[in-house]
Amino acid sequence: MVPILEVQDLHVSYSLPGGASYAALAGVSFQLGAAEILGVLGESGSGKSTLAASLLKLLPSNGNISKGSVLFESKDLLCASAGELQQIRGKRISLVYQEPSVALHPALRASEQVFQVLAAHESVGKSTLRKKTRQLLASLFLKEADRISNSYPHQLSGGQRQRVLIAQAIACRPSLLIADEPTAMLDPTTQREILGVFRTLRDELGLAMIFITHNPALLAGFADRVLVLYGGRVAELGPGRTVLSSPRHPYTRALFQSMPQILETTDNQRKTKLPVIAGDSSATPLPLEGCVFEPRCPDRMEDCRKREPVLVNLGESHTVSCFKYGG
Amino acid sequence: MRFFLRRLSHAFVLLVGVSILAFLFTTLAPGNYFDEMRLNPQISPETVAALRVQYQLDRPLPLRYASWMNSVLHGQMGFSFAYNSPVAPLLFVRARNTLLLTITATLIAWGIALPLGVWSAERFGRLPDRLLSWATAALLVIPDLAIALGLLVFAVRTGRFPTGGMTSLDFASLPLSGKLRDLALHLTLPVTALVLSALPLLIRHVRAAVAEVLNAPFMLAARGHGIPRQTLLYRYALWAAANPLISLFGFSIGVLLSGSLLVEVVMSWPGLGPLLLESILSRDLYVVIGGVLLSTIFLVSGNFVADILLYWADPRIRTESGPK
Amino acid sequence: MEVETSHGGQNMQPLLKVEKVVKAYYPKSAAGPREKLLALDGVSFAIAQGGTLAVVGESGSGKSTLGSCISCLEIPTSGSIWFEGRDLVALREGERRRVRPRIQLIFQDPSNSLNPRWSVEEILLEPLILQGRLKREELKHRAVALMAEVGLSAELFQRWPAQLSGGQRQRLAIARALALEPKLLILDEALSALDCSVQAQIANLLIELQRTLGMTYLFITHDLAMAAHLADEIVVMNRGRVVEQGPAEKVLRHPKEEITRHLLAAMPSLNRAVRPPLEL
Repeated sequence: MVPILEVQDLHVSYSLPGGASYAALAGVSFQLGAAEILGVLGESGSGKSTLAASLLKLLPSNGNISKGSVLFESKDLLCASAGELQQIRGKRISLVYQEPSVALHPALRASEQVFQVLAAHESVGKSTLRKKTRQLLASLFLKEADRISNSYPHQLSGGQRQRVLIAQAIACRPSLLIADEPTAMLDPTTQREILGVFRTLRDELGLAMIFITHNPALLAGFADRVLVLYGGRVAELGPGRTVLSSPRHPYTRALFQSMPQILETTDNQRKTKLPVIAGDSSATPLPLEGCVFEPRCPDRMEDCRKREPVLVNLGESHTVSCFKYGG
Repeated sequence: MRFFLRRLSHAFVLLVGVSILAFLFTTLAPGNYFDEMRLNPQISPETVAALRVQYQLDRPLPLRYASWMNSVLHGQMGFSFAYNSPVAPLLFVRARNTLLLTITATLIAWGIALPLGVWSAERFGRLPDRLLSWATAALLVIPDLAIALGLLVFAVRTGRFPTGGMTSLDFASLPLSGKLRDLALHLTLPVTALVLSALPLLIRHVRAAVAEVLNAPFMLAARGHGIPRQTLLYRYALWAAANPLISLFGFSIGVLLSGSLLVEVVMSWPGLGPLLLESILSRDLYVVIGGVLLSTIFLVSGNFVADILLYWADPRIRTESGPK
Repeated sequence: MEVETSHGGQNMQPLLKVEKVVKAYYPKSAAGPREKLLALDGVSFAIAQGGTLAVVGESGSGKSTLGSCISCLEIPTSGSIWFEGRDLVALREGERRRVRPRIQLIFQDPSNSLNPRWSVEEILLEPLILQGRLKREELKHRAVALMAEVGLSAELFQRWPAQLSGGQRQRLAIARALALEPKLLILDEALSALDCSVQAQIANLLIELQRTLGMTYLFITHDLAMAAHLADEIVVMNRGRVVEQGPAEKVLRHPKEEITRHLLAAMPSLNRAVRPPLEL
C-alpha cells in the first residue's frame, strides 16, 4: 500500500533568545496510509504540537526544520514553495486546532469562516460557494444548521465550535486531516460525539487522520495505529489495539498505570496514591546524551545513559525504542 | 435602541452643561469687548455705557444666558460685536472652511496609515518595520508648528504653492476647473501639515493593534486553511484589530473642528481657528461661546459615531454569549 | 432526596451543608424580554470534615455555578449554605468576608488564575501579607514551607508563571490557596487541563494533603474516572438539579438514573479496546 504521508527523520528546533536552541523533534519517522487513523500520544514537551505545525510548515519564526523530509503523495512538503503550500493547506491537508474558542475569528459568522476556506481554494462562482457552505454545515449540524450559520463563535458551545472547525477542515475534501487535541476542553459526551464525527468522516470520505492527544483513553477503539512521542522522539509505534492493551516502552506502561480506571477502582483502592512517573518532563530539560526517558525510567539500565536507543521491531509492525528489547 | 437613546440624552445634557460653563467662564473673565473703546479718549464714557446697555452687557448673568439660549433656538446663536452680525452664519462659513481642510486631511491620513500600519505589523521587528518606527518617532517629535512653518518656507522657496489663504484673489472669475485647481493648490500645504502631524500616532496604533492580532491562534488557523495573504491581512487581521482603531477614528472625527487651529493660523486658512483666536482676544463673547459649543458638538458626535461603529463591528458587544 | 453525609465524621456536624440552593440568572437576549435561567434548582448535599465529595455532570449542569456560590463569589437566589454551622447566604458582607479565606477555590486553568506579571514569590506572599498575621521575617519562611508542602522547590521563587509547567502552576495555585489555611478546598475542573501523568501527580498531592492537613474537598469535574478514584461520595447533576447521589461505589457500580448511566458510558476508558459507538 502506498503511504499517503511519509515522514522521515524529522528534526525541528527552536532558536531561543540568547543564541541557544531547543530541539523539539529529534528524528521522528512514520508512515500513514490512506483512510488510516494514526493516534499520536504525547504530553506537554513531547513535541506533538511542533509535529503538527511542521508537517504544514506553520512553525513560528523562531522554529527551523533542520533535517528530514515530509513526503505527501510523493512530494516533499519541506521543499515546497509558499505558493504551493498555500494551495495544499486547507485543500489537500487540513489542520484542526485545539482550543476551538480561539481558533475561530471572533468577529466573523460561522458560515463566513467556512465560506472563506472554500473561496480560497475553489474557483467557482460565489453563489455556488454559498450553496456548498450551506450543504457542509447542514451535514455537520443537521437541524440547527441555520442558526449556527448565522452565529458568531462566542454564541456557540465548545462542541459546536469544534464542528465549525471541522467543517472548515473538510470543506475542500482533503485527503489528510491533522487534529491537534480537538477534544481537549470538551466534556465526555461531546468528546464522544466529535470522535464519532471523525470516524464518520473516515468512513465516508476516506480521510486519513493524524489524531494528536495526551489522553490515551480517547484512542481506544478509534486509532488504527498509535505513535507514542516522548522528548521529541518516537518511543513506541504499532497497531492501536496492541499498543494500548500491552504497551512495551517503560514510558507508555508507566503512563497507563498512572491513570485511574473507573471499573477497576474498588473501595480499597480509592484515595490511595496512583503510581506516577517521577519528575516533570516539561519542567526539567531533557538529557543531552543517552535515552531521553532515562532520568525518569523505572527500568533504567547502565547503557541507557550512554547511548540513544533505536527502534526495535517486535513483529506485527510494532516498534519500540528501548534497550530492554535489544538494539 | 434604548442604549442609543440614553447616549443621545447624555450628549444633550453634556452640551447644555458645556454651554453654561463656557458662558460662565467667558463672562467671568475680566474685561469685555468695550474695554478697548474705553481706553480711547475720543469716545465718551456715556457712549460706552450706552453701547453696553444696547448689547445687554449690564444685565444679570442668568438672564443673559436665557436670552442667548433663546437666540440659539432661533438659529442665531447670539450676536457678534466685532462683525456686527448674528453669530451663526459667521461660524458656519468658517466651520465649512475648516471642515474642508480637516476632512480631506483625515481621509488622506487614514488612507495612508492603514496600509502602512498593516505592512509594518507584518514585518514586525524586522528592518523595514524598525525604519518606519524611527521615521514616525521623528515625525512625532517635531512640533506641529515647525512642520507648518517648514512647509511655508518650502512654499516661498519654490514659489509653486500659495503661501496662505483659501483662494486666490481672482477666484470668482475663474471657470469651474480653474476654481477646483485653485482650491486644490491652496489646500495642499495645510493638508500636508495636518497629515504629517496626524500620521505618526495613527500608524503606531494601527501597527500595534494589527501586530497583536497577527499572533492570535485564529490567524494561524486561517493560515493553516490556506487563506491567501491579502484576505488574511485585511479581512481577518484588520477586522479583528478594529476595536481600538474605531475608537481612534471616533477621536479623529471629534477633533475635526478643533484640531487644525495652529495650521489655520499659521497658513492663514480662513477657518474656525483664526476666528476663535481673534474673538477670544477681543472678548467677542458670543462668538467664543458659539465656537466652543460647535467644537463640543463635534467631539460628542465623534464619540457617538465610534460607539455606533463599535456596536456594528464587534458582534461580542451586540449579542449575548451562547450556551457553555 | 435524602441528604446523606459522606463517611469520615459520623458524630460531627458536616463541614458543609448545602440546602435547597437556587441560583437564577436573567440573561438578556438581543430581542425580547429577559428570561429566567435556573442555573441551580434546589441543590442539597453535605460533606463531612476530611471527606471528599465529587460533583459530576456535563457542561451546563450547573456544577461551576455551585462552586461559585459555595466559595462566596456569587450569592444564591435562595436556599442555605451552612459552613461550620453558619449560613453563608444569611451573613452580612463583613462577616462573609471573614469566612471567605476558609473556603478556597482552585480553577481549571492555572495560567488564568495566576498573575502573569508577578513572580512566584510575589504570588505566594500576597495572601500571606493580606492575612496580616505574620511578621515580615516570618513571611518568607512560611512561603518556603508552603512550596515544600506542594512539592515545589524554593528555587522557583523568581520565575514567572509562564516559565512553569502546567503541573507546577497548579501546584502553585494550591500553595497559594493553602496560605490562608482553608478548611474547604473547591477544585473546579482543577485537573482537566493537565496531562494525564501530571493529573496523577496532583491527585496524589491532594490525597497527601488530606491526610496531613485534614483538608476537605469539593471536587467538581466531568472526569468520572478521577472522581471515582478520589471521592468518598458522588453527586450527579443535570440542568441545575441533583439527579443522583450516594457513596462512590454505589453510584458507579449500581447507577439508578439514566443520566448517570449515560455519563458512565461516555467516559473514555483504556479498558474497553473496542467500543460500540454511542447512540446519539
